[in-house]
Amino acid sequence: MVEQNLLLLLVLTPFVSAALAATLPVGSRNAETWLAGLTMAVVLGVLAVLYPAVDEGGTITSKLEWASSVGLDLSFRMDGFSWLFMVLVAGIGMLVLVYARYYMAADDPVPRLYSCLLAFAGAMSGLLLSGNIIMLVVFWELTSIVSFLLIGYWYHRQDARDGARMALIVTATGGLCLMVAMILIGQIVGSYQLEDVLAAGPQITGHRLYPVVLILFLLGAFTKSAQFPFHFWLPNAMAAPTPVSSYLHSATMVKAGVFLLLRFQPALGGTDAWFQIVTGAGMITMLLGAFVALFKHDLKGLLAYSTISHLGLITALAGIGTPLAIIAAVFHIVNHAVFKASLFMAAGIIDHETGTRDMRRLSGLAHAMPVTATLAIIASAAMAGVPLLNGFLSKEMFFEATYVWNNGSPLDNWAPYIAVLAASFSAAYSLRFIVTVFFGPKATDLPHEPHEPPALMRLPVFVLVAACLAVGIAPQATLGNWLTSAGMAILGPDLPHFSLKLWHGVNPALIMSLIATGLGVIIYLLPRRWIDRGEEGLRITRALEFARFFETGLQFATVTLPRRMLRRISATGLQGQLRVMVLMGMAAAYFALGPLDWNITLPEISSRELVFALLWLIGGACALAAAWQAKYHRFAALILTGGVGLVTCTTFVWLSAPDLAVTQLLVEIATTALLLLGLRWLPKRDEEIAGDNNFTSRFRRFRDLMIAVTCGLGMTAIALAILLTRPGSSVGDWFLRHSYVEGGGTNVVNVILVDFRAFDTFGEIAVLAIVGLTVYALLRRFRPALESVERPRPQVEAEEQALEAYLFIPAVLMQWLFAPIIALAAYLFFRGHDLPGGGFAAGVTFALGLLLQYVASNVRWVEARLTILPVRWMATGLIVAASVGLGSWIFGAPFLTTHYQYLELPWIGKVPASTAMLFDVGVFSLVVGAIVLMLIAIAHQSLRVAPRSRPTESEEQS
Amino acid sequence: MEMILALAIGVLTGSGVWLLMRPRSFQVIIGLCLLAYGVNLFIFSMGRLYVGAAPIMPKGGFVDPAAYADPLPQALVLTAIVISFATTALFLVVMIASRGTTGTDHVDGKEREQ
Repeated sequence: MVEQNLLLLLVLTPFVSAALAATLPVGSRNAETWLAGLTMAVVLGVLAVLYPAVDEGGTITSKLEWASSVGLDLSFRMDGFSWLFMVLVAGIGMLVLVYARYYMAADDPVPRLYSCLLAFAGAMSGLLLSGNIIMLVVFWELTSIVSFLLIGYWYHRQDARDGARMALIVTATGGLCLMVAMILIGQIVGSYQLEDVLAAGPQITGHRLYPVVLILFLLGAFTKSAQFPFHFWLPNAMAAPTPVSSYLHSATMVKAGVFLLLRFQPALGGTDAWFQIVTGAGMITMLLGAFVALFKHDLKGLLAYSTISHLGLITALAGIGTPLAIIAAVFHIVNHAVFKASLFMAAGIIDHETGTRDMRRLSGLAHAMPVTATLAIIASAAMAGVPLLNGFLSKEMFFEATYVWNNGSPLDNWAPYIAVLAASFSAAYSLRFIVTVFFGPKATDLPHEPHEPPALMRLPVFVLVAACLAVGIAPQATLGNWLTSAGMAILGPDLPHFSLKLWHGVNPALIMSLIATGLGVIIYLLPRRWIDRGEEGLRITRALEFARFFETGLQFATVTLPRRMLRRISATGLQGQLRVMVLMGMAAAYFALGPLDWNITLPEISSRELVFALLWLIGGACALAAAWQAKYHRFAALILTGGVGLVTCTTFVWLSAPDLAVTQLLVEIATTALLLLGLRWLPKRDEEIAGDNNFTSRFRRFRDLMIAVTCGLGMTAIALAILLTRPGSSVGDWFLRHSYVEGGGTNVVNVILVDFRAFDTFGEIAVLAIVGLTVYALLRRFRPALESVERPRPQVEAEEQALEAYLFIPAVLMQWLFAPIIALAAYLFFRGHDLPGGGFAAGVTFALGLLLQYVASNVRWVEARLTILPVRWMATGLIVAASVGLGSWIFGAPFLTTHYQYLELPWIGKVPASTAMLFDVGVFSLVVGAIVLMLIAIAHQSLRVAPRSRPTESEEQS
Repeated sequence: MEMILALAIGVLTGSGVWLLMRPRSFQVIIGLCLLAYGVNLFIFSMGRLYVGAAPIMPKGGFVDPAAYADPLPQALVLTAIVISFATTALFLVVMIASRGTTGTDHVDGKEREQ
């Protein structure tokens, strides 16, 4: 059990530390380093404790139930392979974090860097330890996102932004492909658990969807591990700070792809397609990367292409897939991580101390920084594959794998030659790195005078180089056991014997190695002057600039194509769009209802309905007149709309909907007040609109009129058809039966709103809150129309008269009315559960009471006497409503379950007491806040001083 | 009764739709209001019409649903009234802000090119 929990700890600790690191102050490089370093130390400690459990092919699994019904559980799993990878992540992570302390400048925002690096460590741990393949993809994408953030760390730089975007698009798209592949695998196997998938190899490879799965899976792995033709993002990711390049883009994250290839080799590998694609891509990448690296003048560019090449080597080994090739791949993952991380750090030191990474300018640094030079030379010798260093051993194993294995295909026959050629280029660029940077005449025109860095900045490089030497000299003693358990984790217990030794005698691999090294020296030394000074690469590699293709494609897909499509299919203005929407609605209604038969007999209008008919005669006339007048006579249109609202309200009363009538009436008042306040800022419409009466305008109006008439007739027909059909059984019956028994209220509408469907109401008040805040935010930077800036005539006249005379009697009346209105609000609120009313109606009433005060007196008078903080009302409302909902969790009931009972109060009698009423308090408070916020935000605009009349500062002073 | 209400819904919808497609922003806001009335009445009428039968019950026990108005459309319309108020408020502010920044009350922020 302890082990299971430790496994969770491995994933969670870095994330917790990342959150902590993000909160530290900007200048705290030391505190950040301690925090991050300790985190990594904890992870390493846990790994040390867990090693016995994963030794000799053991695994640890831990599982948290999550969404088991869809096959999703938080399950973690660690075996020898992921353990070894975790050691790399935590170990190199720790060294990089120490190194970053000295690499970053004091004014860099380090909390962001450390936080992201720690989050990356967490995401990577999650990726390595996921026992569920969907979760694995989630962590996979998480590493892409963190990588994006880290590449774009210096986001003021164009190249950093571009590189970050490119990396994210390539790797995240690959991740999506991977997700589809994983879902398909899960469907084929019938389980998303890694264990089951790994055990179901034949089932997957024999399935008819295997080619699709394989391609999608490899897209994911190749994009992450920068394999041809997706390699181009990695060099562009070098815009990141060097610690990031060293950690993510050489040692760990880019290895996630090959990790996945090796991990799933038992499940997906072993087929001819696997071999051809994976080995082929790996070989091409290896050769191409090594070739391009030779010509790079930028230190980090050279190392980036070298990383691509080495990743290609590991991919090729995964493709070959024999047990020894797998062991060699794991071995090379470790070796490459160690020497490349140290080389990146050395490059960072050189950049840091000299101010440039350009190899055409750097020269003779061995004099100025002898220790760093020695370390870097040893590390690049490991990269070149020189004996006594770790790179030599895994390269030997690679040669052996390409040479020994034989399936007779052309690729297999060519593999040894490609391997030797790539290795010779590798030797050549390593040699070039050593010779140009550290030897030769001392450079004179460097931005800084070069000198040794602080000892602690060198320490991580030293540790890694020491590891290179230790593994290179005594491989069995240092890595033997770990490699055995990693190999067992991938291949199962019957691992063939392999020996990690420096000297195997004279065998083909050694001869290949000697040829490669010798050839490498010749390749570099012969055309040396041309390589060192010339252009970066040959014409053909420059022409095949994949990053440029990518940018062009991206530009086309995200800018050119959408614009072209927009021009082609978009309507020109809002009117056209709305017209299309209306027409589509009509078409939908036509196709849905067209097949139905019309067998409705139209009823006679009886004399008892005369009043109702008269009512709607007025209502209809108001609506038509509002439509007629809205263009030039806005005030009239507004009043007429209000008339329609009142008729609607009366209809609700007539047709047994008292709650609706109350609400409609109150909202009508609020809407009218709001629109009146808004009209103040809408200058009078000039009656002359150019071209308003020409033929096209008339035609447009006529066409819209036809559409509107059709809409109206259609709605009449539909409504009539429904009203004259006998109703089936309604859900409403259920609510009527259960409202009192289960909700404890007799007003069914209110019980539905605050009890049965309280979650909908919760959403609705949230919408209201959002709208309130949006209105407020929009009005904060409000610039009124120039014509309406002047104060309106009544206000100006009122100032000329005595202030008290302005609306004196109405003002007194409205002040007296304040208390009764508040009482009315309370009344509406408390009776809501049993009789028409409720939190919403009470809230609007309360808000209107406040608004009346604003109307009666001026804003300053009110605010001197009454402090309203609408935003707090809204916040209180939301919190109350939400906590009532959450409260039911305490009793083990779902969100917003209510409880009610009737309380016997002295003097008053039986009173309903329900948690739904508390919820209603939340609704009330929020409605008050939102409406007051909107109305007051608009009303407050009258306080603004017209810009032209505002006295300037100089005038005030004089 | 049904005939009158159906005609009312039709008139409200027709006026609302016509205003919705007009070029001046104030026309659109009035159109939205009228359309909201029409749609609210339409949703409300889905529960059929009851005269003199409010959805308020006596306390206690089971009741015969046929004697009461259908509460469900009423609850839906109550929500709809609130939301249409919110959209009106939002649109109003966008309207006056747009009038301020563009100098015209055309819905597209610029007069139609002749």
